[in-house]
Amino acid sequence: MLYFSKIKLFVIYFLIATLSLFSVANFIDNDDNFILSKKVNLGLDLQGGSYLLLEVDSKPIINQNLQQKLLKFRKYLQERNIEYQNLKIINSSIRFLIKEKDIETFEEFFLNKDNLINTYYDQYRSYEMDYSITNLNVIIEYTKFGLVELKKSTLSQSLEIVRKRIDEVGTNEPTIIQRGNNRILIELPGLKDPSRIKNLLGKTANLSFRLVSENETTFGSELLYFENNQDQLYISKRILLSGDNLINAKPALDNQTNQSVVNFTLDRVGSKKFGKATTKNVGRRLAIILDNKIISAPVIREPILGGSGQISGDFTFQSATDLSVLLKSGALPAPLTIVEERSVGPDLGEDSIKAGAISLAIGFFLVILFMLYKYRFLGIIADLALITNLLLLIGILTILEATLTLPGIAGIILTVGMAVDANVLIFERIKEELKIEKSTINAFDVGYKKAQSAVLDANVTTLISAVILFFLGSGPVKGFAVTLGIGIITTLFSAYFFARHLSSIYAMIKKDKQVIL
Amino acid sequence: MEKLKKIQFTKFYKKMNFLSLVLISLSLFILIFKGLNLGVDFKGGTLIEARTESTAISISDIRQSLLKMDLGDVTVKKFGKESDYLIKIEINNTNDTNFIKSLNNKLSSDLGSIINFRRVENVGPKVSGELLKAGLLAITFSLAAMLFYIWIRFEWQFSLGAIIALIHDVIITIGIFSILSFEINLSIVAAILTIVGYSMNDTVVIFDRIRENLKKYTTIPISEISNISTNETLSRTLITSITTLLALFSIFIFGGAILKGFSFAMIVGVIVGTYSSIFVATPILNYTNVNSKSVLKEEQEDKENF
Repeated sequence: MLYFSKIKLFVIYFLIATLSLFSVANFIDNDDNFILSKKVNLGLDLQGGSYLLLEVDSKPIINQNLQQKLLKFRKYLQERNIEYQNLKIINSSIRFLIKEKDIETFEEFFLNKDNLINTYYDQYRSYEMDYSITNLNVIIEYTKFGLVELKKSTLSQSLEIVRKRIDEVGTNEPTIIQRGNNRILIELPGLKDPSRIKNLLGKTANLSFRLVSENETTFGSELLYFENNQDQLYISKRILLSGDNLINAKPALDNQTNQSVVNFTLDRVGSKKFGKATTKNVGRRLAIILDNKIISAPVIREPILGGSGQISGDFTFQSATDLSVLLKSGALPAPLTIVEERSVGPDLGEDSIKAGAISLAIGFFLVILFMLYKYRFLGIIADLALITNLLLLIGILTILEATLTLPGIAGIILTVGMAVDANVLIFERIKEELKIEKSTINAFDVGYKKAQSAVLDANVTTLISAVILFFLGSGPVKGFAVTLGIGIITTLFSAYFFARHLSSIYAMIKKDKQVIL
Repeated sequence: MEKLKKIQFTKFYKKMNFLSLVLISLSLFILIFKGLNLGVDFKGGTLIEARTESTAISISDIRQSLLKMDLGDVTVKKFGKESDYLIKIEINNTNDTNFIKSLNNKLSSDLGSIINFRRVENVGPKVSGELLKAGLLAITFSLAAMLFYIWIRFEWQFSLGAIIALIHDVIITIGIFSILSFEINLSIVAAILTIVGYSMNDTVVIFDRIRENLKKYTTIPISEISNISTNETLSRTLITSITTLLALFSIFIFGGAILKGFSFAMIVGVIVGTYSSIFVATPILNYTNVNSKSVLKEEQEDKENF
């Protein structure tokens, strides 16, 4: 156990030197160096920031899509002269009555893999929708995979829009990723107060331009509130123009009134529609509606033909900016709800780093002293192994660009306390061997050999805990699992390669003298 | 450590097992009748770490002010430094995007001092339910994984001893949290998993030695083997516990208020885990009558299988 080949020694010390270099590079400002500029990332709990978990509510999406499907079905049924009755949506399914003679035609169409209404997914070997006919009652529902696809596309669209909105606000390196099949995880480092982002994400941002009804009895109108939740107006249900046709929006100051406004630009189709609608309705009031709330309802003074317009309202510059962000990024396909939020202020993060560093230094110092007291010279070897271990651990965290959290720091300190165990096991074994073995070298050799199974068993158990914690833990706790797990690996390395080499040198020197541990 | 070599551990087994039984029953009793103080991670709600600018504000001021806002159950306590408080609110209101902001405004104006929210955790009921499930799953899973590992490496009597010791440690640690009404949050679950790993580690080292000695001294009965092996490994057991506790106490004292619960759980766990390796796991080997024959036989079978 005490012999090391030259190549082995080279590899061991090369690894130690490289990883130590990476770990030291963390504390030096060297962003120009493309290899050594790697740094351990600080978790949100250490650098301050906000964590948001959003959930996409796909219920309204299902009904919305069924509504579209219903229109397509009606058109198809009419084209094929299939007689139907009572075509409507009940309990997330489309239902209608069919005539006996038409069943075959319908089935043939429905199960045609190239039909445009009911998509066939090759990867699932399944249709988007499934039908059943009992007593001429047709029920059409989404299949399992149809729902999966629908949710998937809703989530990816939402993700896209969330990304756009957050990018517009311009926060520092946000992380926006999908979580499971209906959630979006957002991490915003450095952002202490997420209320603005929350407000931006909390709005679906469905924009529509609709006429104000002349009086409440007008057919097809509904009573809507203004944004202040007090005033109300009757608004026609017919949408003249929706936010889909909007290509740009910008906040601005109106020269005449000195008020904040939002200027918008429409695409070609939108410009045409808007021009026609405003030409026809000069003198009437046009309501601008966002998520079923009236922003403003100005009178159309003249036709707006250029494809650009202005929304005025009771805006501050901030709220005008936020509205343009919402309009530019487009409407979310489904409402998002915030199901979890964690924010840490940067000052608390700094305090945590300080506390973590102090407790690491003190814990480290105490363990080092204790080992010196307990093992004298071999204590120095154990302590050198401990220092190496720490350098290796931080070096690996750096290379992986792992995220260090407060529990992660606790994991490092705990590693310091537990890492000496491997050397303790070995030294205790050597001690026992020295009592029965005359040769120092043999005692060391046998000691290392015999301790091996205990060292391995003991560390595997902790590693199992760390792995489980990594896969089932979340956020900061994951950081703990990472440092604990890597710590075990570096511990084994430093005990069985580095400390063993030092011990072998020590044993060679002391080979003819009495060694007392 | 030389003096310690002569300890007759087997003599204490009965007494210590009785003590363990009492502690476990007490823990279970308290767990059933008092329950756990679950944090927002597992119960849902809002947690705020606040720092007040003026030191003249008292806990009851903050409490009174919050109670006016109709937020359900509210608890306020000191957290670390003077003028730092931890506020726990029953409702989470994740849907109201201005909830936290308006809470801060109301509190600041009501108390007449700027209140700095240093940390806010707002967990909805769905997520807290999932986190609780994941936490329980993680603990169960780790116990199962340990059982599996030890079953592969050792004979069944050893697995039994180890797993009973682990359950013993987990129940007593959680029991102490229940008695003291300390909060159970995500980091406590992490602590419990680490305790499981640590306690196992401690047990395995003694078991390793017992198995070795069973092969070496084929005529000595298991009770004597337990004694010899525990004595032989005692110095290591103590040294490792001491260094680990040194590290943990340093986190507990200097690591800040956030890590207090975690390090406390670990300290309890390391002490209980060390105790259980000697006085719970090892006695079970005596009771199940492990002997040289069974160990050697299993070893033989293992060799043949390879």
